[in-house]
Amino acid sequence: MTDSATVTDLISERLIPFPSPHFLSAGDLNPPAALGLLDLADAFVDFNRQSAKSLDLMHGRTVVNIFFENSTRTSSSFEIAAKRLGADVVTMPVSASSVAKGETLIDTAVTLNAMKPDILVIRHASSGAAALLSQKVGCAVVNAGDGRHEHPTQALLDLLSLRRAFGDVGGLTIAICGDIAHSRVARSNVILLSMMGARVRLIGPPTLVPGDADRWGCEVFHDMREGLQGCDVVMMLRLQLERMEGALVPSTREYFRFWGLDREKLAWALPHARVMHPGPMNRGVEIDSDVADDLSVSLIQDQVEMGVAARMAILASLANLRGAAR
Amino acid sequence: MSAVAILNARLLDPATDYAGPGALLIEDGRILEVVRGAATQVPAGIEVVDAGGKCLAPGLIDIRVKTGEPGAEPKETLKSASLSAAAGGVSTIVIQPDTDPAVDDPAMVDFIQRRGVALNLVNVFAAGAATKNRDGQRMAEIGLMDEAGALYFTDGDKVIANSRTLQRVMSYAAAFNALIACRPADPWLTEGAVATSGELATRLGLSGAPAIAERIQLERDLALVEQTGARFLVDQISTAGALETLARARAKGLEVAASVSINHLCFNEIDIGDYRTFYRLDPPLRPESDRQALIEAVRDGLIDVITSAHAPAPAEDKRRPFGEAAPGAVGLETLLSAALMLHHEDGLELLDVLRPLTHGPASLLGLESGVLAKGAPADLVLFDLNAPVVVDAAKLKSKSKNSPFDGRMLQGKVLGTWVGGRRVF
Repeated sequence: MTDSATVTDLISERLIPFPSPHFLSAGDLNPPAALGLLDLADAFVDFNRQSAKSLDLMHGRTVVNIFFENSTRTSSSFEIAAKRLGADVVTMPVSASSVAKGETLIDTAVTLNAMKPDILVIRHASSGAAALLSQKVGCAVVNAGDGRHEHPTQALLDLLSLRRAFGDVGGLTIAICGDIAHSRVARSNVILLSMMGARVRLIGPPTLVPGDADRWGCEVFHDMREGLQGCDVVMMLRLQLERMEGALVPSTREYFRFWGLDREKLAWALPHARVMHPGPMNRGVEIDSDVADDLSVSLIQDQVEMGVAARMAILASLANLRGAAR
Repeated sequence: MSAVAILNARLLDPATDYAGPGALLIEDGRILEVVRGAATQVPAGIEVVDAGGKCLAPGLIDIRVKTGEPGAEPKETLKSASLSAAAGGVSTIVIQPDTDPAVDDPAMVDFIQRRGVALNLVNVFAAGAATKNRDGQRMAEIGLMDEAGALYFTDGDKVIANSRTLQRVMSYAAAFNALIACRPADPWLTEGAVATSGELATRLGLSGAPAIAERIQLERDLALVEQTGARFLVDQISTAGALETLARARAKGLEVAASVSINHLCFNEIDIGDYRTFYRLDPPLRPESDRQALIEAVRDGLIDVITSAHAPAPAEDKRRPFGEAAPGAVGLETLLSAALMLHHEDGLELLDVLRPLTHGPASLLGLESGVLAKGAPADLVLFDLNAPVVVDAAKLKSKSKNSPFDGRMLQGKVLGTWVGGRRVF
């Protein structure tokens, strides 16, 4: 392992200004910026594996996590990332307080803005909520998932996990499987993985794949056997049971039979294929535990670890951009 | 009441297909004489208005206006709506029944119309609810409301999903020759939708409804019209597919009229752009091909009425994420200027633009206005066809400022509005 001083030097060398004032969409990145963030995140991965995990890159900066939807995983990941960078972090339990009293998102934004945070991290059930907030505040806004629109930090951490597993994503064939229609993870990953040169396929039942998804520059399959052939990566999506307005699939057992990933279906992909899942998983619905827990094929635990490093890279770069602007 | 002569005007009368120079003589609230051609000699003692060669047309009739009164006055009152109408060249407004309480009995119809008379600005009429409290289940007092002066019957934006209820409403209304209006939108396909299904909606992550939801419901409605013999208005048609269905029904001889909102003639789904909630409309904005089809339908007369679809929503209802924002836009004050863009930019003849704003709704609702003819009410609008107008939503007379035209430059400016011979703007 690299020693402590070297890691800190590496981080300083690799620190780049974020390419956009906010991080609302995977489309806010371009290939050089994405590669720069990945290099920085790699240094943070090493740093995070040390026993002492405290930096002062964001000393004096305030990061506010505002989650209008429950999310232990993403919220904790952002909180840990900001704390390791030395920022002051506040996580707002909004669903329980002001919103219940009828306060609108913009009222909340204006109130928070008056407290002069440096970065707002927002998750909201409505598409476009992060973009709306970004227009009303003076600080940087990071989209931690807005409705069924985008989840760009997830895409960056997925890219980081893939680069560490494969070296380069250019030329990889990646299948995103399951509930594409309701997935913000899928939308951000299609943008970012395609931008970095991967071939992206979408696989799912016709009721869960938007009718015009073939215009996203992806191949669309409704049959797992056809779709998985020749794939290097199988990215499973959570079946968004809570988002479904009606009976989009007849039953979870039928769904698992045709679109759930088990050993048999995984065998249709390339022998070295790796499996991903943004979590939390519905075991036995979209993925079999046998596959999910097999560390020789599953990148799922790596994704969680890379999540903290990728978010540290994003927060540090955004703070660096704003520092440069001052 | 004293007499007024408006001279040196360019008369535009879709009812008689006249577009040319002329003058009007007004007395006791009605048009006493229409002079076509060069200016006439005016008897002494008459007030003279020199139109300066500008356009003089029948005042606009807007059959789809929402207010907040009664029940939600901070959104819009009958007074603020009337002031907006006057400033937009609209001399007659028909209030939608979706107030709180709903306009579903004769006393409510009477209240709206008395209030309109007391305001003494523009003509105010009510549309009655087709079902009690617009619940889609129990038929409202259509006969009594008709007697009280309701001009037509509708549940507004609510679709009467229960086919048996609609069948009964239509059959019953036929006894009074009452007009029934319905929004064509399959309630199951459109449930929760805020955009039209397609590439844009999926990219923005907005829940969309397919355009076919409109045609499916219209097919059902027209089947019931055919069975019951009701007079029927397709309210807010917005897709090319539904226009084809409408054309087939007309060809079969069904007495079916159709209206379109000015928003769907002026904007397409791309205007949603960066989640701009002023473009969150119901029905949602459609692709450009649908907009073009609607313009053609106005040109060839398949569409009878253009409405403002005036739907005031205060800032707190619009300053929300797109999917949570209230649908609708104000439009009374910009209706004429926006419609004239169909002439300037889309090449429609002036009379073809004005017909569905004047004569079309008048003949549908049996009103005397909407025409420049001897004996007709002197409800008029004078406008400069070419003057540019930059819309500033903050300055609109409506209490709510949710205008999708905010900041846009339109061409065509209202110079004056007369209602019953009296200048109200």
